[in-house]
Amino acid sequence: MNFQISKEPIDIQSVIDKVVQRNAGAITTFIGTVRELTKGKKTLFLIYDAYEAMAVKKLEQIGREIEERWEGSQVAITHRVGRLDITDIAVVIAVSTPHRADSYDANRYAIERIKEIVPIWKKEHWEDGEEWMGNQLETVAYPSGKPEEDDLNE
Amino acid sequence: MNKVMFFAHLRDAVGEEFLKLNATGKSVAELKAELGAIYNLPKLDTVMTAINEEFAQDDEVIQDGDEIAFIPPVSGG
Repeated sequence: MNFQISKEPIDIQSVIDKVVQRNAGAITTFIGTVRELTKGKKTLFLIYDAYEAMAVKKLEQIGREIEERWEGSQVAITHRVGRLDITDIAVVIAVSTPHRADSYDANRYAIERIKEIVPIWKKEHWEDGEEWMGNQLETVAYPSGKPEEDDLNE
Repeated sequence: MNKVMFFAHLRDAVGEEFLKLNATGKSVAELKAELGAIYNLPKLDTVMTAINEEFAQDDEVIQDGDEIAFIPPVSGG
């Protein structure tokens, strides 16, 4: 159960505990939180929705990619869904590796991949409206109907 | 029969979380175009498709019982 979608607030320590291993010299933890201001616009709260079964599979895929790319690594990711207020925790990623540099690199890789391939969406609520957000303001299009191989197997 | 699921702004546009319909034998692109026309779905060129929880190409042919999901650009994290 290293890869989960959670309707409840995420317990950071429980995610970290999943990657504790005797061969680790480092554990990095990324905590994604809900920001109030985006380009000067004030967010009141967010709703995250997921295609849960597929999202878990894609989180597992990211874990496999990391374990293949960084030897000896272990990964755990929990992503929250539902209503989140400002400062609430949206995602926690823990990566353990034998050496610290790999731990930072692999953790960064995980969050960037989440933003590419995991079917989770956020709806921003402002004082004057609400909108489902796309990948960086719809700058990414998928003409073939799916991410290119480079996106999926980088 | 097939279950076709919608998320984010597509769910708002269709007004349902999913539809049950027979898409067997159609390609992903054909089904996407058909539903796009019926429900006037916005920004379909950026929408990915999954068959049975795995990303699928537009030319993939839908089999009986396949679960289809239309996946707008994701914004998790």
